[in-house]
Amino acid sequence: MNYTFHWNQALRRLPEMLDGALVTLQVASLAMVIGVAIGVLLAYGRLSSNRVLRTSAAAWVETARNTPALFQIYFFYFGLGSFGLRLDPFMALLAGIAFNNAGYLAETFRGGLQAIPPSQTRAARSLGLSALQTSVHVVLPQMFRIVFYPMTNQMVWSILMSSLGVIVGMTSDLTGVTQELNARTFRTFEFFALAAVLYYAMAKLTILAARLIGWRLFRT
Amino acid sequence: MIEIENVHKSYGSLEVIKGVTMQVEKGEVVSIIGGSGSGKSTLLQCINGLEPIQKGHIRVDGIDVHAKGTDLNKLRRKIGIVFQQWNAFPHLNVLENVTLAPRKVLGLSAREANEIAEKHLVHVGLGDKLKVMPSRLSGGQQQRMAIARALAMSPDYMLFDEVTSALDPQLVGEVLDTMRMLSAEGMTMIVVTHEIRFAREVSNRVAFFHKGLIHEIGAPEEVIGAPKKPETIDFLKSVL
Ligand SMILES: Nc1ncnc2c1ncn2[C@@H]1O[C@H](COP(=O)(O)OP(=O)(O)OP(=O)(O)O)[C@@H](O)[C@H]1O
Ligand SMILES: [Mg+2]
Repeated sequence: MNYTFHWNQALRRLPEMLDGALVTLQVASLAMVIGVAIGVLLAYGRLSSNRVLRTSAAAWVETARNTPALFQIYFFYFGLGSFGLRLDPFMALLAGIAFNNAGYLAETFRGGLQAIPPSQTRAARSLGLSALQTSVHVVLPQMFRIVFYPMTNQMVWSILMSSLGVIVGMTSDLTGVTQELNARTFRTFEFFALAAVLYYAMAKLTILAARLIGWRLFRT
Repeated sequence: MIEIENVHKSYGSLEVIKGVTMQVEKGEVVSIIGGSGSGKSTLLQCINGLEPIQKGHIRVDGIDVHAKGTDLNKLRRKIGIVFQQWNAFPHLNVLENVTLAPRKVLGLSAREANEIAEKHLVHVGLGDKLKVMPSRLSGGQQQRMAIARALAMSPDYMLFDEVTSALDPQLVGEVLDTMRMLSAEGMTMIVVTHEIRFAREVSNRVAFFHKGLIHEIGAPEEVIGAPKKPETIDFLKSVL
């Protein structure tokens, strides 16, 4: 045991790591936005009376939830690559996490949709609102309120999952930056400990921010 | 005018309306009374096209509700409906509950919609609750809000489905008063109710429903005052 800690050396690289953290937040947030949009469609798909829609939505959800996230990201990088569609590491990571998010969120959303009494839809349709208007103005706002906290967890998960980008050559996010610094300096423990603290902080800040937004958004 | 002509309606293999015919003229108030499960709510939901029918016709101002080409969203503007379960939109305040349809369906500006909504909310006695969330309202207030919400679309017809059944007894009066007011103003109404005395007082005609059929229909003095069919007599005995 002759490893001596050099925290100063690690801390001097903090600005680079914070830049990486910003990229991490970017990927995770984008993947969340895309995941929410697709997740809503998948949830409606699973509740649809059309069998093709129902089965395809179920297939997506099942795959996203029952295979390793790592493989899902691999697929968008190497898998699509072998069909001639080359995504750069950022896009592959984004697609992988968005795919995973959509699958998990679809299940959450489906539960949320089912928790809304059918009488709400009936009341809205009786007033002359179309099916789409009813979803947009009556059903979805209520669903998002129900699923808001589970959604927050998915955002945290999304941030943590993005660290897998390193395996498809992602170098600009927090894990990528950390890995590079580690390779150059061999201060493995210091850099990864620092990165862990930053991930922890991002997770906690996400939850805090969600609390504030939820509190502001959902009046009763 | 609402014309209901030999309507049959089934849920799966269960036939719940078995050939109902009746008309409601402009300005008329028709009450529907009858036991639980006799098909009263189902009939109202067929009238505004929420439920399909298997046979017969329902025409509202000459428009066949269940014909293929009928624009139901448009037709429903003519027909307000208030349900037994309170169904305020819980994420919107009272004013927003009432302005939603005028804005999204009729395309009114926020200002126009607010003006109309306020007028109707004042009318039903909720002028001081505009910015309140529905969860803070009593059941009676929620039902009056639902009435204002329907009225804000300027419907030609109002359908009421046991709107007082889920209310505490002391709140029933305020909702019935609101309906009395509407009928006095000449609104055409179909009122499904268990409030026999109310039905007798406000209705031009009363229909007695039993097992998916109208057994008696006529002036309240006849159907409620001097029922002829044994089913009607039994039912009235059980509720009066
Ligand atoms: N969505 C549905 N699916 C299947 N059956 C239904 C549905 N809605 C109603 N029914 C059945 O249809 C019959 C008539 O119901 P409906 O609600 O019209 O009766 P009602 O006269 O309004 O009774 P109540 O006084 O209890 O409200 C009942 O047997 C009921 O169980
Ligand atoms: Mg009923």
